[in-house]
Amino acid sequence: MLRYTVKRFLSMLLTLFLVATATFFLMHAIPGQPFEISRETPESVREALEKEYGLDQPVWKQYLTYMNNLLHGEFGTSMKYKGQTVAGEVTGGMPVSAIIGFGGVLVGCIIGSVLGSIAALKNKGVVDYVVIILAILGVSVPNFVFGSLIQRYFAVEWSLFPIQGWRGWTYAILPIAAAAFTNIAYYARMLRTSMLDTMGQDYIYTAKSKGLTQGEIVRRHMLRNSFLPLVTSLGPMCAGVLTGNFVIEKIFNIPGIGQSMILAIQNSDYTMIMGLTIIFSFISIICYFIVDIVYGLVDPRIRVAK
Amino acid sequence: MSEMTNTAAIDQAALTDDLFTKDDSAYVDADRMTRPSLSYWSDAWRRFRGNKVAMVSSIILLIIILMAIFQPMFSPYDYDTNDLFSINQAPSAEHIFGTDDLGRDIFVRCWEGARVSLAIAFVVAILNGTIGILYGGIAGYFGGAADNIMMRFCELIASIPQMLWVVLLILIMKPGVLPIIIAIAVTGWIGMARLFRGQVFQLKESEFVMASRTMGAGSIWIIFKHLLPNAMSPIIISMANAIPGAIFSEAFLSYIGLGIPLPMASWGVLASNGANKLLSYPYQLFFPALLICITMLCFNLMGDGLRDALDPRMRQ
Repeated sequence: MLRYTVKRFLSMLLTLFLVATATFFLMHAIPGQPFEISRETPESVREALEKEYGLDQPVWKQYLTYMNNLLHGEFGTSMKYKGQTVAGEVTGGMPVSAIIGFGGVLVGCIIGSVLGSIAALKNKGVVDYVVIILAILGVSVPNFVFGSLIQRYFAVEWSLFPIQGWRGWTYAILPIAAAAFTNIAYYARMLRTSMLDTMGQDYIYTAKSKGLTQGEIVRRHMLRNSFLPLVTSLGPMCAGVLTGNFVIEKIFNIPGIGQSMILAIQNSDYTMIMGLTIIFSFISIICYFIVDIVYGLVDPRIRVAK
Repeated sequence: MSEMTNTAAIDQAALTDDLFTKDDSAYVDADRMTRPSLSYWSDAWRRFRGNKVAMVSSIILLIIILMAIFQPMFSPYDYDTNDLFSINQAPSAEHIFGTDDLGRDIFVRCWEGARVSLAIAFVVAILNGTIGILYGGIAGYFGGAADNIMMRFCELIASIPQMLWVVLLILIMKPGVLPIIIAIAVTGWIGMARLFRGQVFQLKESEFVMASRTMGAGSIWIIFKHLLPNAMSPIIISMANAIPGAIFSEAFLSYIGLGIPLPMASWGVLASNGANKLLSYPYQLFFPALLICITMLCFNLMGDGLRDALDPRMRQ
């Protein structure tokens, strides 16, 4: 297990390095100069700005400075707003995004897996059909449509919850519900398939012929095996949580990092986009790493295979 | 000696055909008991046809595609002509889906949008399929170091969330139909490559591949003539699932402001414009969203039907 962990860790470091490099050169591939937006900018001002951001240096030198800064945890500053740093945006927005994101995953995961399990155990029952319909709706309705709809009905028409903003826990309910919607459908479907799959395994027949009760079979043999795919899916899910949910933060006007990214895109704030992209990628790579390790712990077959 | 000549004589003289009746009771009945043998594809088609939900979904999709092709040709309105005397009109006989804030007919814009959105989705699915099959086929077939390096490369691309790839690439290429297709396809092919590689790994050790190799078949021949047809069903299922994914990605891009440039229409553009005016003119979101939902629903149900029809484990 230790060897596996070390190996995965080293390959994670390599991936981080390559991703940072790729992002740097991608951003340099954007056509046009960063500071030629307004035509009236005098040449001297532009040159001063470029000097300020180190853009007058040759590309390889910029790359080295940039890598060096990354190593020291400096992810860059905004090109559009003086004094705004990537790190500042992230520390400000991350907790908010995390509340919405984790809330959405947690609610979705719990409701989804309970529904999915019941659907599989009571195959062809009422819950089963509800889960099937829900699962199909969950992948058929774009999340901004669903978010806009619950905002209109629950907040505007019936005034049950605040419409938008971020000033207390009641402001989190609708966004979390919107984020949970797709997750409920996703987990319900996954658990249902995985439970049905486990049910057909030989060891379940063995358990049954040994004389175990239905409850005991479910508890001791089925749940553990059926929840494996759930663990793998949590990696990308957690990455999505921390990187914020662009769409939901935009609908409910929540100051998370998804909003920062959208703002940066709309302002063509390249240094900000680059910094945020790198942070998002780092988070997702680290989440994948953690999940791989957890998966190795939960399922010994993985360690052997690698 | 004499016996032999005797038989020959009898043969010629007495044994005419009408002395015999054909007794085919034994084998004809045995033949009748088995049904005519079906090829894999006709069997799959038979099962797909029997699946009512999947058939209805396919027919609805066909109607949507036909409407997308023909409606804008015969509509009295243009998708990009403003009519400032009929702004934000509710649905009526004149404008079935109403008009938007520039007085454009939403009905025709919906079908024009269907053209763009569906075209993007189909091209993305085909690109994903082609690149994924070539890449996964090569990696899986040759295995070893080549496979290791190629799959590492996939992991690297997949380690940046898809959404970020799309955003970065659109920023580099400027919004448009082609950049959106490229941006969605950049990460999209990886799933297909992994899938086909896994299939190739399973199949390349099988007897028929060995037999083919013994007869001197080259790698390209084996990959395309033996491995690909045998892995066809998961590939088709995965391509059918790529289409709704691409429609979603396009809608997402439009929603964060990186979609198709105006005055062009796509479902994403229409729905995100509608979402912004949900409070005052709900119908402007309702119709595009309804179309997206129906299309996604049908693609998903058809995909499920395809899976049931093509998955060999479902064969009876």
